[in-house]
Amino acid sequence: MRLLSFLAGLALALWATLAPAQDFKPAVVFDMGGKFDKSFNEGVWNGVSKFIEETGVEVMEFEVTTETQREQAMRRMVERGATLVLGVGFAQADAIDAVAKDYPDVQFAIIDVFWLDQPNLRQYQFREHEGSYLVGVAAALTSETGKVGFIGGMDIPLIRKFACGYVQGAKAARPDIEIFENMTGTTPAAWNDPTKGAELAQSQMDRGADVIYHAAGGTGLGVIRAVADAGELAIGVDSNQNGLAPGNVLTSMLKRVDVAAYDTLMDAMNGEFSPGVVVLGLAEDGVDWALDEHNADLITPEVKAAIEAAKAAIVAGEVKVHDYEADGTCPF
Amino acid sequence: MAEAWIDILRILDGTLRLAAPLILCAMAGLISERSGIIDIGLEGKLLAGAFASAAVASLAGSATGAGLFEAMPWLGEGGAETAASVLNAAAPWWGLLAAILVCMFLGAVHGFACITHRGDHIISGVAVNILAAGLTVVVGFALFRQGGQSPPLGRDERFGPLQWPGAEGAAEIPVIGPLYAELISGHNILVYVALLAVPLVALLLYRTTFGLRLRAVGETPEAVDTAGISVHWLRYRAVLIAGLLCGIAGCYLSTAHGAGFVREMSAGKGFIALAAMIFGKWRPWTTLFACLLFGFLESGAARLQGVELPLIGPAPVELILVLPYVMTVILLAGFFGKAVPPRALGQPYGKGRGK
Repeated sequence: MRLLSFLAGLALALWATLAPAQDFKPAVVFDMGGKFDKSFNEGVWNGVSKFIEETGVEVMEFEVTTETQREQAMRRMVERGATLVLGVGFAQADAIDAVAKDYPDVQFAIIDVFWLDQPNLRQYQFREHEGSYLVGVAAALTSETGKVGFIGGMDIPLIRKFACGYVQGAKAARPDIEIFENMTGTTPAAWNDPTKGAELAQSQMDRGADVIYHAAGGTGLGVIRAVADAGELAIGVDSNQNGLAPGNVLTSMLKRVDVAAYDTLMDAMNGEFSPGVVVLGLAEDGVDWALDEHNADLITPEVKAAIEAAKAAIVAGEVKVHDYEADGTCPF
Repeated sequence: MAEAWIDILRILDGTLRLAAPLILCAMAGLISERSGIIDIGLEGKLLAGAFASAAVASLAGSATGAGLFEAMPWLGEGGAETAASVLNAAAPWWGLLAAILVCMFLGAVHGFACITHRGDHIISGVAVNILAAGLTVVVGFALFRQGGQSPPLGRDERFGPLQWPGAEGAAEIPVIGPLYAELISGHNILVYVALLAVPLVALLLYRTTFGLRLRAVGETPEAVDTAGISVHWLRYRAVLIAGLLCGIAGCYLSTAHGAGFVREMSAGKGFIALAAMIFGKWRPWTTLFACLLFGFLESGAARLQGVELPLIGPAPVELILVLPYVMTVILLAGFFGKAVPPRALGQPYGKGRGK
C-alpha cells in the first residue's frame, strides 16, 4: 500500500516536471508586514489582484515573516518554475541580487531599489519628493497658524528626501511659512515607536503647528493619533491613510506601488519586460495625493486648484523638485 | 515670562506622559525584585500587555449583535444586541482587563520557572521577552491580517483625556491657572493611576505585614521560612502584582496614549524602567524620581530638535537624540551613590540542602 502511494507520488512528480511548462509564471514575494498591512505590501497586492482579475493568470505568492525567509522564498519560487519574481521593498535588495545572479534566465523585479546591477533585474524607484511637494502645498495653504510640521522615522537620506520636497512645496505656496522638522531616531526602532511619534507631534503643535506630515511608518500612527486628539490635521504617507482618523487627516502622499506591480506583470506577460531602473514620478502616476470621501471637506476648492496647478507644473517640467538623495543637501 | 512658563509646563506635561509607562513598569519591577525575583522580562510583559489590550479593545469595540452572540441562544430575545452593546461601551476597560490577565499569566510563567523550578531568572526573563516579541506579531497577524498590527482604535475604544472641572476657566488665572489646566488636567486616567501606584506601592512595602514579609523574603528568605511563612507563595504574589502593573502600562501604550498596537511598540521602555528602578535603588519614591527624570529628558529632547541654540545654531538631530542617554550616564556615574540590590536577588530558594 505504502509502495503504491509512493509510486503514485513519484508518477505525479514526474508528470509535473515533464508537463509542458507554462510560458508565463509570475511570483510575488511580499515582505514582512504581509499583503494586508494597510501600507506598502497591500499596495503591491492591489496591483497584483488587478492583474489577476484582468488576465486570469495565476500568480504564486509568499508572505515573508522572518528575515531569513526572503532569499529562500525567492529560490523556491524559481525552483517551482517561476519565470518572473517580484520582490517588495528595499529590505529584499540583497536577497534578490543574489538570486538574480544565480538564475540569469528568470526575470526579476523589485520595488524601492535602484542601486543593484543585474542584467535580468528591473528596479523601481519613486520620486517621493514630488508627491511630498504637493502635500507641502496643501499643508501650507491649509494652515491657519502659518506653521506646519514634518516628522520622519529613521534619519536616513530617503526620509530627508520626503522632508525636502515637503519644505520646498510649502515654501513655494507660502514663502513666510514656518516648518518644524523632527526625526524620531537613528536606528530601525524609530519606525515602530508611536509613543515617541505622538510626543514629537505634541511638541510641534505646542510650537504652533496645525498641519503635520509624517513619513515614519508605525511611528506615524502615533503622530496621526496625537494630531487627531488635538483636533489638528495630519498628512499620511505611502498608502491612503485618510480613513485612519476621518476629518483629521488632510490628505496622504500616495506611493503607487500598485502601478509598479501591475506594470511589471503586464510587461512580462506581453514579452516587454526590460531590465534597468524605472523611475516613477508625478508624470507617470507613480506618486500622487489622496482625495476621497474622508477628506473632501478639508480640501477647499482653492487648495485643490493650487495642488493641481503645482502638479501640472511639475509634470510639465516647469517646476523642478529637489532630490535630496541626488546630492545630500536640501537648499531650502 | 508667561510664555516661558507655558513652555516649561508643556515640557513637564510631556514628562508625565512619557514617564507614566516607566513608572508602572518600574513599580512592577520593584515589587518583583524586592521579593528576590529579577524581572528582566518587563519589556516583554509590557509589549504583550500592549497587544492584548489593543486587540481586545478593538474586538470589543467592533463587536456586533451578529456572529458570536447569535450562536448563544441562552442570551434570549435581543440578548445578542445587549451583550454587544455592553462590550462596545466598555471597550477600553476590557482591553485593560485583558492586558492585566495576560501580564499576570506571563508573570506566573516566569514565577513557575524561577520559583517552583528554581531556574535562572535572567534566562526566564529573556525568554518572556522573546516570546512576547514573536507571539504578539504572529497572533496579531492571524487575528487581524494587518502585518501584526491591530486595527487603529477609535475614540470610544481607548481611554481619552480627562478634563478636570474648571480647567477651561482656570487657564486664565496667571501662573497657577496654566499649571492646573496644562499639567494637572487633561491626561488619560492611566497617568493618574501611574502616579497613584507609587504611594500605594510604598504603603504596601513599608506599612503592611505583607510588605514587611516581601522585603524580608528578598533579603533573607531563610528567616521568613523559619517563621513558618511560605517563601514561594510570597514570591508568586510578588510576580503577580508585577504582572498587574505591567498590564496597566501595556494598556497605556496601546489603548490610552496610543491608539492601536504596532509591532515592538514597547521600544525598550521596559529596560529603561528597569534602569530607573536600579537608579532609584529599589525604593518607590526615588524610582519615581528616576522615571520622571528619564521622562523629562526625553520630553525635552523632543522639543529641542531643530531649535536654535546659542553659539551652535540649530541643534543637530543626533546630538539631541543622544542627550537623554548621555545625561543618564553622567547622572548615574557621578551623582548617586552605590545602589545595593536586595541580598537574595536572583537566588532560587528551596528548603533544605541544595538550595
